[in-house]
Amino acid sequence: MLLRHTKKEVYERSALTVNPAKTCQPIGAMYAALGIHGCLPHSHGSQGCCSYHRSTLTRHYKEPVMAGTSSFTEGASVFGGQANLLQAIDNIFTIYNPDVIAVHTTCLSETIGDDMNQIIGKAKDEGKVPAGKHVIYANTPSYIGSHVTGFSNMVLGMVRGFSAKSGEKTNKLNIIPGWVEPADMREIKRLVKMMGIDSIMFPDTSGVLDAPQTGHYEFYPKGGCTIPELIASGDSKYTVALGQFCSEDGAKFLENKCGVKYKTLDLPIGIAATDRFISTLSELAGVPVPAAIAEERGQLVDMITDMQQYLYNKKVALWGDPDQLISLCEFLVSLDMKPTCVVSGTPGRTFEHRMDSILASVPGAKYKNGANADMFLMHQWIKNDKVDLLLGNTYGKYIARDEDIPFVRMGFPILDRVGHSYFPTVGYKGAMRILEMILGVLMDYQDKTSSEETFELVM
Amino acid sequence: MMTGLLKERERQIVTKGDGTFDIECSKASLAGSVSQRACVFCGSRVVLYPIVDALHLIHGPAGCAAYTWDIRGTVSSGPELHRMSFTTDLREKDIIFGGADKLYRALSELIELHHPKAAFVYATCIVGVIGDDIESVCRRVEGEKKIPVLPVWSEGFRGSKKDGYRAACDALEKLVGTMEPEKPVHPYSINILGDFNLAGELWILEEYYRRIGINIYARITGDGRVDDIRSCHRAALNVVQCSGSMSHLAETMKEKYGIPFKHVSYFGIEDMSAALYDVASFFNDPVLLEKTAALVKEELEKLMPVLEFYRARLTGRKAVIYVGGAFKAISLIKALRLLGIQTVVVGSQTGRKEDYEIMAELCDYGTVIVDDSNPIELATFARERGADLFIGGVKERPIAHKMGMGFCDHNHERKEPLAGYEGMKNFAAEVYAGMMSPVWRFARRRGEK
Repeated sequence: MLLRHTKKEVYERSALTVNPAKTCQPIGAMYAALGIHGCLPHSHGSQGCCSYHRSTLTRHYKEPVMAGTSSFTEGASVFGGQANLLQAIDNIFTIYNPDVIAVHTTCLSETIGDDMNQIIGKAKDEGKVPAGKHVIYANTPSYIGSHVTGFSNMVLGMVRGFSAKSGEKTNKLNIIPGWVEPADMREIKRLVKMMGIDSIMFPDTSGVLDAPQTGHYEFYPKGGCTIPELIASGDSKYTVALGQFCSEDGAKFLENKCGVKYKTLDLPIGIAATDRFISTLSELAGVPVPAAIAEERGQLVDMITDMQQYLYNKKVALWGDPDQLISLCEFLVSLDMKPTCVVSGTPGRTFEHRMDSILASVPGAKYKNGANADMFLMHQWIKNDKVDLLLGNTYGKYIARDEDIPFVRMGFPILDRVGHSYFPTVGYKGAMRILEMILGVLMDYQDKTSSEETFELVM
Repeated sequence: MMTGLLKERERQIVTKGDGTFDIECSKASLAGSVSQRACVFCGSRVVLYPIVDALHLIHGPAGCAAYTWDIRGTVSSGPELHRMSFTTDLREKDIIFGGADKLYRALSELIELHHPKAAFVYATCIVGVIGDDIESVCRRVEGEKKIPVLPVWSEGFRGSKKDGYRAACDALEKLVGTMEPEKPVHPYSINILGDFNLAGELWILEEYYRRIGINIYARITGDGRVDDIRSCHRAALNVVQCSGSMSHLAETMKEKYGIPFKHVSYFGIEDMSAALYDVASFFNDPVLLEKTAALVKEELEKLMPVLEFYRARLTGRKAVIYVGGAFKAISLIKALRLLGIQTVVVGSQTGRKEDYEIMAELCDYGTVIVDDSNPIELATFARERGADLFIGGVKERPIAHKMGMGFCDHNHERKEPLAGYEGMKNFAAEVYAGMMSPVWRFARRRGEK
């Protein structure tokens, strides 16, 4: 048993996190920044941070991930990192020639007190930022929030750095998709386009982190939200922010800066959340929902009704990021499944309120987020109240193996399977894929564990 | 789009045959470069983490612990405590008021719960800046719990990965000599330094050594045990692989306990055989040498026909090598040559000048030798030199595949043991499969339109 060290008795831990269900802010900022076309993310801290984030993103997406680092030394950590960042900006524009550098800070540079606004201003004054090029930034101290917060902060950084009001409103909708897969961003754009709506999506990692094999190594792949689009987001009619944790701060900032009103929705995962997304789009853009989308919805409902007997009352343990968990739990409840254990390392009160209401109908459901909400606790809960299904990132595989529980991988990171970057889980089609994955593992498990007499050909 | 090389990096890239060989290395990466290097913490963590019955507690924000949670395929024959991820998960409040108290509580709690044989406490960047007195917390817990509790000075900004190896050796040094062996030590006992038992490689080596009459006393650190390391000063010889990571410990043990050491490499048949002969001859016993000769003969008889199959099909191919340690790069050049593959670009993250000189000697004219490279350089050299194969780590794999080159992971993510004769066979098979995969019939290669 790999996790033989996990004891059943849940005890109070005062100072300790074991097997964290989160990671730190900068990786979220790096992922978001990769959703700008021609952008080189830059990590203002020690070399290791940048290397870890690139490796982890590469393990998840199986794609090259490029980012610069300020390469802090002992000197920089005493005297401040200004000289390093100035030199880095100069070097990056000279050799890597990006359209934009997206700087994020680290625990080190935050603690020694480097002021991004001032240093970037100085770089501009000293002529280190060539004409037509940009440097944006996000403050992402690792000891506050989690990787989710980092993503949100970089989205805000994009608005702060680019969005502008030309005085002429457009009929476009801004869509902030939240921390979802490139496949999900593609799917959201597909749905929006089907409705005949003109949109600007930022960040947009489709075409960046799901790029094809071409025989070339593209330092800046084709995809990503372009700078003209980012600037024009200040003229849009409305912003739809998907996922409160990842997207609302950016949308709010945009309203304050350029007067673009916003609406925050849950990530469109599952039937109800997708319904809300589609009807909001229809309302805001003043367009009807096309028959093709209604057809996809109908297929999803049909699939649920057909397979309902395999779903009802199945207990599920989930972990990961709050925006995903909120929508997923709602979806599971609507499938008549019972999300009984929910853990997120990301702190935030909203999560509690939402879980309270979504899980009100699930007897004995437990959830926790923030400090000590880790995979160790999740495992202890499962030992006390076994579940039928695990749903979350790769870090659940130890529990799945030790406790012999069917396991569907969703979320970040997925280090040991493929598909997540190509096949969406948002929208009605995405919900069908989630169902397919869930039913697949549940039925495989039934086939594997049923007695010979009850082994069934037709399911 | 790219404007070429940075002036400051010119001297870190040398082409063999272009004048005198004078590579610049061991210098800090340029700010702004997309370096493939990591930090001090990373170096310490990868070296110490294979000690499977110790507690490894990361004192810092959760990220440093999350990114190093079970990422190295280092295999244990017993305890699995090292595969858990423990962190003090420092928050803003701790940064302001200090994290020493949290560290004390976390350490005490963990030792109470898991009864490890020793505990390593890793200092991260932030801890170095806020100045937590880790030393005194460790001493206090050590006194209370009666096990060695060792600080590892691995603040990320203190240098590169290489400096992290040094910090790990400093911690190990404090452990060595704190216990006497329980049983009398076999006269032909060696310690293995610098093998991390990736995919079970150390067990293959252990079997070779057993067959020639040599006993492995302590495994430092692959499949390592605290008590073995504490009493390893009674072994006769330290055998050091991966020059970068463990040389320092070997040197201190020589100074302190008079234990001699030898540098070896276990990759490729030349280096593997040399290692066995070297170690066997140290003991001055003709029986050992006879047994070694017999082993080498037997293994080669099994291996050579297999290699011949690959060699016939791979001769004339070209490879790029970019790995962390230079010692590995040197072995790889030789191992590839055995398969008829020419190394056209070779580099490392942390090599020393001497290492690069050896590489230059081994390679053909026109080979690019590079220190602390980046993806653009590597991709450019690979395209210019027409390479078919890339040997590297996680960050290089997708670049190679996008360009249409075969890839072999010679780092943490290797799936088959690559050491020893058996490893050479696996290596040949992997390289062959990577380069000759039917997928390349459907793919575009190296700049084809």
